[in-house]
Amino acid sequence: MINDASVQQPTYYQEVERKGYSRREFLSFVTMMAAFMGLEKSAIGQVIKAMETQPRVPVIWLHFQECTCCSESFIRSSHPIVADILLDKISLDYTETLMAASGFQAEAAMKSTMEKYKGEYILCVEGSVPTAADGVYCMIGGKTSMQILEEASANAKAVIAWGSCASNGCVQSAKPNPTNATPIHKLLSGNVPLIKVPGCPPIGEVMAGVIVHLVTFGKIPELDRLGRPKAFYSKRVHDSCYRRPFYDAGLFVETFDDESAKKGYCLYKVGCKGPSTYNACGVMKWNNGTSYPIQSGHGCIGCSEANYWDNGRLYERASSFAGFGIEANADTLGKVALAATGVAVAAHAVATNVRKHNLIFNLEKEGKQSEKELES
Amino acid sequence: MAQNTAPIHRLRRVYVWEQPVRIYHWINALVLLALIATGFYIASPLALQSHKEATNAFTMGWMRYIHFAAAYIFFFNFLFRIYWGFVGNKYANWRQFIPFSKKFFKEMWYVFRMDILMLKGREHMSIGHNAMAGFIYFLTFIAFLVQCLTGFGLYASMSSWWFPKLFAWVPALLGGDILTRQIHHWSMWFFILFVVIHVYLVFYHDYVEGRGEMSSMGGGWKFIEEEVFERNHHQTPNPEKKTATENKKAS
Ligand code: HEM
Ligand code: HEM
Ligand code: SF4
Ligand code: SF4
Repeated sequence: MINDASVQQPTYYQEVERKGYSRREFLSFVTMMAAFMGLEKSAIGQVIKAMETQPRVPVIWLHFQECTCCSESFIRSSHPIVADILLDKISLDYTETLMAASGFQAEAAMKSTMEKYKGEYILCVEGSVPTAADGVYCMIGGKTSMQILEEASANAKAVIAWGSCASNGCVQSAKPNPTNATPIHKLLSGNVPLIKVPGCPPIGEVMAGVIVHLVTFGKIPELDRLGRPKAFYSKRVHDSCYRRPFYDAGLFVETFDDESAKKGYCLYKVGCKGPSTYNACGVMKWNNGTSYPIQSGHGCIGCSEANYWDNGRLYERASSFAGFGIEANADTLGKVALAATGVAVAAHAVATNVRKHNLIFNLEKEGKQSEKELES
Repeated sequence: MAQNTAPIHRLRRVYVWEQPVRIYHWINALVLLALIATGFYIASPLALQSHKEATNAFTMGWMRYIHFAAAYIFFFNFLFRIYWGFVGNKYANWRQFIPFSKKFFKEMWYVFRMDILMLKGREHMSIGHNAMAGFIYFLTFIAFLVQCLTGFGLYASMSSWWFPKLFAWVPALLGGDILTRQIHHWSMWFFILFVVIHVYLVFYHDYVEGRGEMSSMGGGWKFIEEEVFERNHHQTPNPEKKTATENKKAS
């Protein structure tokens, strides 16, 4: 458990109160989180208790090759307590983007957290690590991101890979990947548990849910085979999509400005990757549950899937064939091969009649002779 | 060849494809065509009915339903064929498919020269599969496996039955559904090309051999010239003496 006598920190609830939230607001926050995490009703009490008694967990939040969309998503998550308490008040021992300190002061803060809370702090990583040219493409305070990751992860309680960059490499690792951007699971020693929270960015409530889970249960949430929390990544976007009835009916948008688009038909044929994308967008939605891409008429681009940037195009279903140029998709190649096969078969049939003429002639002769004998 | 009378062959009826193999073959052919047709629709649904209302239509739903139902039949039929490769007759035996001997490769080379390069020479006449065909079926069986692994891998997350869930490791190994689906899509083309060539070659062998190749998948019989019997080790199975295992290859 995170509870440790040596950790002199206020509890989450103390922080909530200090920030001026009412008990009612606190309870609504906990209920919401529990619902997002897919917990049973009876577990709500457990979450409340943990929030009241657990001291805050120190968090180090590193930024490498990324665009900060994960942080943006997190601080905009629907309940203000998420940003105020989990991030702003509680978790900011070190994060380049949002902390007040800078320079040596900041480095010292990180070092002190790492020493003081050895084995207790959570390491959040936003961004991938470039390993080409000895890592010079991403350096902070004179150290490469690789060195920083190694140091910070050595004594962490758990590591969270925020977003597709840290989980899969995201666009900076698209071919030809000049900086050799590498997702962190390939670099960690494996001694510290890792949670992947892919998405570009991941949904803010999902991020908060992962942290709340860590805090309340003192252990990492149940993960799927790819290391993602099952509570949020076990269903495809397609499985919870409200346009699904149109998919099943076979009613599709053909172009973005056609009648079908106005009627809100399924976006499959204009490239929706919902059927191969595991994420909670259809359920949680974005921007305080306002909407999500499909709801505003744009297909899912599969942002939480590995390699989505190299695996085919955004506005087409057709699967491109790596190594045959952008234009060659599998079906074009297949059709060419089919035509070639047809020609080869026809040529073979002609050649058979020429080259094996005697053989066929004799067979026919034999057969005709038998036929004659039967007549007589 | 200005003979007045052609040599009249005496033919012997050989039971090459046992009934289970024949049933397997036609179930397989039917189901594979259904999988290709519905797979095509799933990959790029036609724009036939954009003006209908969703309430009464379930086109994609049916296509997927048929695809998955056919997939189950396909899979268990395939498993059955593997089983039959161990208990069936010598023409159905698994050794017919895997090139493990020098003789196998030699025969493949010979078939290549006779049937593809069309060189002159003594006609190659096999009784069961020729070595080349056997090897191509071996590749086909591997493609079956790929299709079952990727197909059930994709299906795992949609199904609540434990059986498809056994395949959940496939997309995990490939890093996700996107690539799994692409591989599933690409290998469909292998089957399309296979069917075209396969059906053509069945016609071809029927035509140049005159032994009833086409109907052999119907009744199970091929009709072999008496002298081929004499010349080869293809003796009628004699209950008194055990037939050698190495005698199933044609000359
Ligand atoms: C061996 C013959 C098979 C062929 C030719 C075939 C072909 C296809 C094709 C072309 C697609 C569309 C892929 C795309 O999105 O572009 C597809 C989808 C699919 N197939 Fe198959 N398939 C075969 C066997 C199987 C088997 C054995 C299974 C096992 C359950 C299976 C399960 C699926 C699933 C789950 C999908 C995705 C459907 C969806 O997401 O709605 N397929 N198949
Ligand atoms: C979708 C179409 C078809 C598929 C997928 C298919 C598949 C196969 C496979 C996998 C085998 C190997 C059998 C074994 O397990 O030993 C085979 C053999 C055979 N098939 Fe087909 N088949 C198709 C259509 C046909 C048709 C239309 C005929 C014509 C009558 C035919 C006649 C035969 C014959 C005679 C053999 C055994 C001869 C040989 O070894 O070359 N098949 N087929
Ligand atoms: S819009 Fe996309 S996710 Fe929704 S049903 Fe269509 S394909 Fe599936
Ligand atoms: S709908 Fe798809 S592309 Fe859009 S945010 Fe969700 S997972 Fe990413």
